[in-house]
Amino acid sequence: MLQPTGRNAATERTRAAGEVHLRVRDLTKRYGPFTALEDISLGVARGELVCFLGPSGCGKTTLLRAIAGLEMQDQGVIELAGRDVSRLPPAARDFGIVFQSYALFPNLTVADNVGYGLVNRRKARAEVRRRVGELLALVSLADQGAKYPVQLSGGQQQRVALARALATSPSLLLLDEPLSALDARVRVRLRDEIKALQRRLGITTVMVTHDQEEALAMADRIVVMNRGRIEQIGTPSEIYSRPASSFVADFVGTMNFLEGDLSGPDRVRMGSVELALAQPAMFAGGARVRIGFRPEEVRTRNLEASTPNRIEVTVRWLDYLGAFCRATLELQAEPNLTFLADFSTNAVRDLAIREEQTLTVALPPEALRLFPAASGSPG
Amino acid sequence: MTAAAVRSPSPAPPLTRDDVVQRAGILLVLAFLLVSLALPLWMLLSKSVLDAGGRFVGLANYVRYFSTPTLVESLWNSIWVALLSTAIVVPLAFGYAYALTRTRMPLKSAFTALALMPLFAPSLLSAISFIYIFGNQGFLKSWLMGASVYGPIGIVLAQVFYCFPHAVLVLATALSLADGRLYEAAEAMGTPKWRIFRTVTVPGIRYGLVSAAFVVFTLVVTDFGIAKVIGGQFNVLATDAYKQVVGQQNFEMGAVVGLVLLVPAVLAFAAERYTRRRQAAILSVRAVPFEAKAIPLKDGLFTLYCATVAGLILAIVLVAVWASFVTYWPYNLTLSLKHYDFAQFEPNGWGPYFASLQMAALTAVVGTVVVFIGAYLVEKWQGWPGARALVQFLAMLPMAVPGLVLGLGYVFFFNASWNPLNVFYGTLALLALNSTAHFYTTAHITAVTALKQIDNEFEAVSASLKAPFYRTVWRVTVPICMPAILDIAVYMFVNALTTVSAVIFLYGPANKLAAISIVHMDEAGATAAAAGMATLIVLTALAVKLLHLLADRIVFGRLQAWRKR
Repeated sequence: MLQPTGRNAATERTRAAGEVHLRVRDLTKRYGPFTALEDISLGVARGELVCFLGPSGCGKTTLLRAIAGLEMQDQGVIELAGRDVSRLPPAARDFGIVFQSYALFPNLTVADNVGYGLVNRRKARAEVRRRVGELLALVSLADQGAKYPVQLSGGQQQRVALARALATSPSLLLLDEPLSALDARVRVRLRDEIKALQRRLGITTVMVTHDQEEALAMADRIVVMNRGRIEQIGTPSEIYSRPASSFVADFVGTMNFLEGDLSGPDRVRMGSVELALAQPAMFAGGARVRIGFRPEEVRTRNLEASTPNRIEVTVRWLDYLGAFCRATLELQAEPNLTFLADFSTNAVRDLAIREEQTLTVALPPEALRLFPAASGSPG
Repeated sequence: MTAAAVRSPSPAPPLTRDDVVQRAGILLVLAFLLVSLALPLWMLLSKSVLDAGGRFVGLANYVRYFSTPTLVESLWNSIWVALLSTAIVVPLAFGYAYALTRTRMPLKSAFTALALMPLFAPSLLSAISFIYIFGNQGFLKSWLMGASVYGPIGIVLAQVFYCFPHAVLVLATALSLADGRLYEAAEAMGTPKWRIFRTVTVPGIRYGLVSAAFVVFTLVVTDFGIAKVIGGQFNVLATDAYKQVVGQQNFEMGAVVGLVLLVPAVLAFAAERYTRRRQAAILSVRAVPFEAKAIPLKDGLFTLYCATVAGLILAIVLVAVWASFVTYWPYNLTLSLKHYDFAQFEPNGWGPYFASLQMAALTAVVGTVVVFIGAYLVEKWQGWPGARALVQFLAMLPMAVPGLVLGLGYVFFFNASWNPLNVFYGTLALLALNSTAHFYTTAHITAVTALKQIDNEFEAVSASLKAPFYRTVWRVTVPICMPAILDIAVYMFVNALTTVSAVIFLYGPANKLAAISIVHMDEAGATAAAAGMATLIVLTALAVKLLHLLADRIVFGRLQAWRKR
């Protein structure tokens, strides 16, 4: 079984622009009865930064380790630069890797850590030293070479690990939750640094993360995974604004979900409340659906009589979160239905929004997305 | 499911050099454990159901054993002596361990060191000391009010001394695993002290107490040296095994006695595993270490208690040392070195001492290398799960096998005429092999514990950098594990130096060991020379330990800056 019809998705999903550097086809991995990866196919273009995003246990780390050769898949093909590496041991593939723990060798100096892979290739000592200096400068640690890992901060250790992974000039860089051991501020700074470095070197990069913000900020494309399957592959803005499933919608950002029925081709009803959709739904008439919309899409200002989907709500709860307030709103017509809305601090002040107050809001039709009612899996 | 239907077996990935080295390594360790442990034990097991001619006789040997009154009497003797020793040691050790872990007693490290001193002596040493104290010429003989120390009294006294550090170690570990938050919570609720002790302290160490009791019981039942030296006409299982095999050449009955000896040891082992698991479950990851508060009266009383116990331990060691240096106990107490002229009492002279040093060094070197390779592959390698599980099982087995039993197994396996390995019988190499196997478990656990603390991704990183795994082992894993490796080597060395029970069956005329020469010189009535040899062993073991501590402090404190936080 090489390429059954209809399984060519990997090629189609790949960005048309670049040449595919890493290709994964129909990868499956089971641990006893547990399926860690099921028919995973994707392609990563040369120079692209792709994030595997998903909750813990979704298979993203297993997929990364399979690409590295650290786990052996049960079936499927992995190609790197057109070469089938599916059955090769890690050392025969061509990648650099940074782990969450960094896995720096504690008894070796920073310079020795960075040069570890260069020495293996029997390079001249002077050349190794030059290359190590170059790499340390690249990660802004030029003067730290003689120190031991414990003498560095977490962020510095992370950059040493990055320099070590880049030392042998691999064609693929694998990052396994590289930022999650750092505190919030360092994380944001390093995230930008890694992204800038990756752009500058043009190295094809795959990063695993469970942090959606990190993925949105860094990735050229995001692969959202759940239960060993790919839920959606797309650019950050595609993933955020056009989630392919309610799982993606819920996992990336916050999404309100309300249950309703299709009452017309482009109308949906929740009890006595009917909402207009921007375009005809892809479901059969009368079907039970989930209506999803993001809290920041709920409008309170500049509402006119002609504004579609105006609804009367009661503010049940108001959480002050700094730049904005997150309100829990209850439909007056259907008191058992509540949803979240984000209002800017300005709006709260100007409109004097308080708890227990009644309010008119609008749910813009173009912000409403429909998902199948039953479960989180895509139709 | 269609995916399963079309699933085709993938071709095996090509073997890399790493694979070959790793497979060779695990095979080496497996072969070592099979030859040094599994096969001898199997021989012992099978011997017990065969007759002298090698025919299968079922349980006939066992029936004969249990219908021989003298043998059954030994069994009973062993049990009650062990029970009595346990009943004395465990409370004594509990008080001591409590003082070490739960009070603000001063000089804790000195008290710890003194409590552990018996570990550096052969079990025989305490027996010799008690002969000097309560024996026929003992200076405190009158204290026994006419009773003889040669028999159960002497055995129990010497066993209490010998088992004390083992019980202290187990109990101190259990007591140090306390969760400080529980005590704070109990105190915040105004719980009285005795109720805290009953509801927090005791449940926390219940398993430790059970474990300590089993450990002591097993040590007493399976120890050979003490019963041999101070037991007199009082027969126990361990001396029976020796008499059956060495005295009467009755291998089948010896095998039966060996298997009977295995029973308490296996029970203790099972109890230990069980309690360890329970103990681990009690302490959650987020526990806060318990910090004792200063309570002057309590701390003072415990200091007094520990000083008394430690003083007695030191006194018992010193009696043997002193006796070896006086001219003629107790009549002429002028100092003399004449008992160290071993050639007077022992055909090999100082030979046994040097043979012991060689054997211990060989055990330390070979044992450390094999144990570390085995532990590394079990812990860090991904391949061959079956082989790794087997190594892990065999590595844990020696804990459940008394030295005497292992020694018997060696007699049956390595002395067999069909076995090409019988050329090693009676050699120093075989003694070292036996000692390595005998002390394998603790060393293996130490190595695995150290390896567990190392990042599991080192192997992955090194593969991604295209470095062979053994280069990373040598440059990174071994240096990081160096303290544990030294621990293992010293542990192997000290135990090989002091062991009697396993090697008593195995030494050859040319390489009698120091511990065995103690038994022989004592048998021949040269008690002072026996005490002298025991003193030499203690001093050597202590010197090695001291060197180890020094090395630890200098090498790992000053020279290895990377360990500092």
